[in-house]
Amino acid sequence: MEIRSKEFKSRAVFAIHDASLQQAMGKARDGFVGKRAQQAAELPEFEALREEAKNLKNHILENLDHYLERYEDAVKRAGGHVHWARDAQEARAIILDICKRVNAKTITKGKSMVSEEIDLNEALIEHGMEVVETDLGEYIIQLANEPPSHIIAPAVHKTKNQVSDLFEAAHGGPRKTEVADLVNEARQVLREKYFRADVGITGGNFLIAETGSSMIVTNEGNGDLTQTLAKVHIVTSGIERVVPTLDDATLFLRLLARSATGQETETYTTISTGPRRATDLDGPEEYHVVLVDNGRSKMLAGHFRDMLRCIRCGACMNHCPVYGSVGGHAYGWVYPGPMGSVLTPLIKGLDNAYDLPNACTLNGRCASVCPVKIPLPDLLRELRHLQHQQELSPVMQRRALKAWRFVATRPKLYHAGEWIAVRVLKLLGRKGSIRRLPFAQAWTDVRDLPTPEGQTFLQRWQAQRGK
Amino acid sequence: MTQSTGKRPRVGLFATCLMNMFRPNVGFAAAKLLEDAGCIVEVPDTQTCCGQPGYNSGDFDSARALARQVIAAFEQYDYVVGPSGSCMATIRHDYPVMFEDDPDWLPRAKALAAKSFELLSFLHDELGATPAGTRHLATATYHDSCSGLRGLGIKGQPRELLAGVAGLKLKEMQDAEVCCGFGGTFCVKYPEISEKMVEDKIHNIIESGADTVLGGDLGCLMNIAGRLRRIQSPVRVFHTAEVLAGMANGPGIGGHSQESR
Amino acid sequence: MMQTTQNSRDAIFGAIRSALKRSGPLPDARRAELDANVPQHTRPAQDENLLERFIRTFESRAGTVQHIASRAEIPAAVEAYRANMNLPHRAAVGAALKDLIWPADWQVHHNRAGTEELLSVSLCIAAIAETGSLMLGASADSPTTHNFVPDDHVVVLEAASIVGYFEEAWAILRQRSEGMPRATNIISGPSRTADVEQTIQLGAHGPRRVHVLIVAA
Repeated sequence: MEIRSKEFKSRAVFAIHDASLQQAMGKARDGFVGKRAQQAAELPEFEALREEAKNLKNHILENLDHYLERYEDAVKRAGGHVHWARDAQEARAIILDICKRVNAKTITKGKSMVSEEIDLNEALIEHGMEVVETDLGEYIIQLANEPPSHIIAPAVHKTKNQVSDLFEAAHGGPRKTEVADLVNEARQVLREKYFRADVGITGGNFLIAETGSSMIVTNEGNGDLTQTLAKVHIVTSGIERVVPTLDDATLFLRLLARSATGQETETYTTISTGPRRATDLDGPEEYHVVLVDNGRSKMLAGHFRDMLRCIRCGACMNHCPVYGSVGGHAYGWVYPGPMGSVLTPLIKGLDNAYDLPNACTLNGRCASVCPVKIPLPDLLRELRHLQHQQELSPVMQRRALKAWRFVATRPKLYHAGEWIAVRVLKLLGRKGSIRRLPFAQAWTDVRDLPTPEGQTFLQRWQAQRGK
Repeated sequence: MTQSTGKRPRVGLFATCLMNMFRPNVGFAAAKLLEDAGCIVEVPDTQTCCGQPGYNSGDFDSARALARQVIAAFEQYDYVVGPSGSCMATIRHDYPVMFEDDPDWLPRAKALAAKSFELLSFLHDELGATPAGTRHLATATYHDSCSGLRGLGIKGQPRELLAGVAGLKLKEMQDAEVCCGFGGTFCVKYPEISEKMVEDKIHNIIESGADTVLGGDLGCLMNIAGRLRRIQSPVRVFHTAEVLAGMANGPGIGGHSQESR
Repeated sequence: MMQTTQNSRDAIFGAIRSALKRSGPLPDARRAELDANVPQHTRPAQDENLLERFIRTFESRAGTVQHIASRAEIPAAVEAYRANMNLPHRAAVGAALKDLIWPADWQVHHNRAGTEELLSVSLCIAAIAETGSLMLGASADSPTTHNFVPDDHVVVLEAASIVGYFEEAWAILRQRSEGMPRATNIISGPSRTADVEQTIQLGAHGPRRVHVLIVAA
């Protein structure tokens, strides 16, 4: 999808006034936060697991080339193919090539954020292929012609009513209004697609170097039907998703479901190793893995390596009060919330997503729930630093910072300024607060400004105590 | 503890920008609490700002310039204490990071960080103080400021200290740990989002049934109080230090002298 | 195409190694050391008997269980389940259970399952008490479609093959002479979704019900 992160402010304001969105977001926020907290509380080892997971990811990243080679060898031994894509364009070309070679007409897809990242659907549809998203949430937003607004609950912004409307329009009536009936309707429509599919595309939660397997974790079973019934299975994954062994994947599994949906486990954990064997009765005839770099090796080099630990659980956005207020679409690209505010500028360019690192109070709630302890606020601040260095921040802000520094490094001047400000503000106050203040409208549009007492603390202290 | 050696610790009081301008009463309350607990309190006039506005805006150079000034002004003291989790987290956590590649300033930054504390956690954890004899008739709810809570682990200390205040009843609100939408310059850069967040906070405050909001950071408290005033809510807002020191008899933050008790 | 991929592969490895401040691959000795490493990660403590824990966790995920005394009782138990669910006299049965005597009026087949299939019966490799999960491996004896296509999935579990942790289940896979199954399915109850307003709904795309027959040890 085309990046629209430059419109963050207007999209955020629009979202705040969208009653349906606010209704849907309120419900989601309470559900995700409460369930995760309960899981974390019920597992005494939870904090120890987070620390271990962080350390293991760091170890993997430190030896990434080795584990990728080990993984590649094992995939080949199992009869699969590994493809390497430096960027989105290469990844699309590789997948398109495979689809064209097998003359694919229908392509089913399990949830894959990497496929969103590389704009895969558009490319396949452009070449006349039918692309069907099979995760219920992804299916809903595909019908709505919208991008996902959450990495694990892509249709979290939709109310049941809106889903009813979409299904009625797409499937014909009668209009269903119960969740059970809506789910059942999608089940029937999508079943037929799985069996017709030529190619099934899924993501990969973990790539196991030991066995050359891809692992996906789902609740619906759509990913399994997608990859079992199509003639060709293509896994799309970022290069950072490799883990050494099945036991290592287990460490992350113990954190993933609890952090993501607040469950002990998701319903299905599937380990896929190569294509159908000679004696198998089902399964794909070809098995491909497309490993996508798309900015990841660059992150490995600098201040942002920590971000590569991300296991895409979505806990950061579930706990982010900004995300909770504006929803995922405001962020304008594939990855929303705190993790998206780090990834989007790094993948799509600092200047294309100026607001994302800035629209954050640095309250730290995201980092406090991250299962791999990514210091998200620090990374966001580091991005602000880069924006400042590259003069991407507003001119007025840079001027203000310069002036502030000039004054604040001269205590006498600073205190005189405070003294004057306090006197002026006191004159403007009525009944303890100021309702309108020119030059500070962004504050007073929303709230009153308390009136100062008339003298600064330092003045009064010196008057009373001398020093 | 320094006290047990018989020597009274010399504390440099960090006068945060917002306290200095908008709520000097908090500074005097902090000084009283520290002195009652046996400290000698001094306020160096070479201090200005901790540098956080620059740091969080990505202007690391300016932040370092301010940090050097703070280090120079305060390194003479046994402790640096300020009535703000936010400013003190900057000194404790961010200063050593800012000077990571500066061998001259790094040891000084680390040394200062190690003896810098947020007021309430300092009273509770370092001094074992139990302010007594104060009375404040109110039903209060506590807003956990993010930097204090997640940066410095301040959660139980203010509540335990407040338990010693006669007449004060604490009533927890829903989502006490969720950001109020202040976020320094965030609130003026993204006013609509900030408004939505403070609105959620106000809703939880009012739902709690409390008549008073307490907290440890003036940024958050001014944001919350300003919004409460705007919607003409009678809920009063104080810094915890004011209540603990028995100096919360005047109007609350943003309130006025005629407001009813 | 292959050329591009090869170039891209080299470029990506080059970028990774330069990011890691290395000029080439790790020394062979170090690589061997990494590959030989057997991780020992924290396992959440369990204080229950394996069978009890499996049943509790599996039932907490909306699965159902039934105890039977021996393998020979499987057909009768499945027939009772079928009748109870009012399903047609038909099932896709994994060839691993071919030798059992299925009711004469049933249509039983051992092939993959198609959309018309409502009931399947599989034998699992193991069960994991930690999360209440069944582990099934794709093979001629146990097609993957049996696990996902029918509405009702009956899984036969030998009580002795319940293990405590995932790691023990992986050890079983490593010991197999044929290596990893093409697909290893860890299944923890019926298919579910919460994609419409966070309301949990069973039977999203996979089975609506998963019923386990636990064969006594």
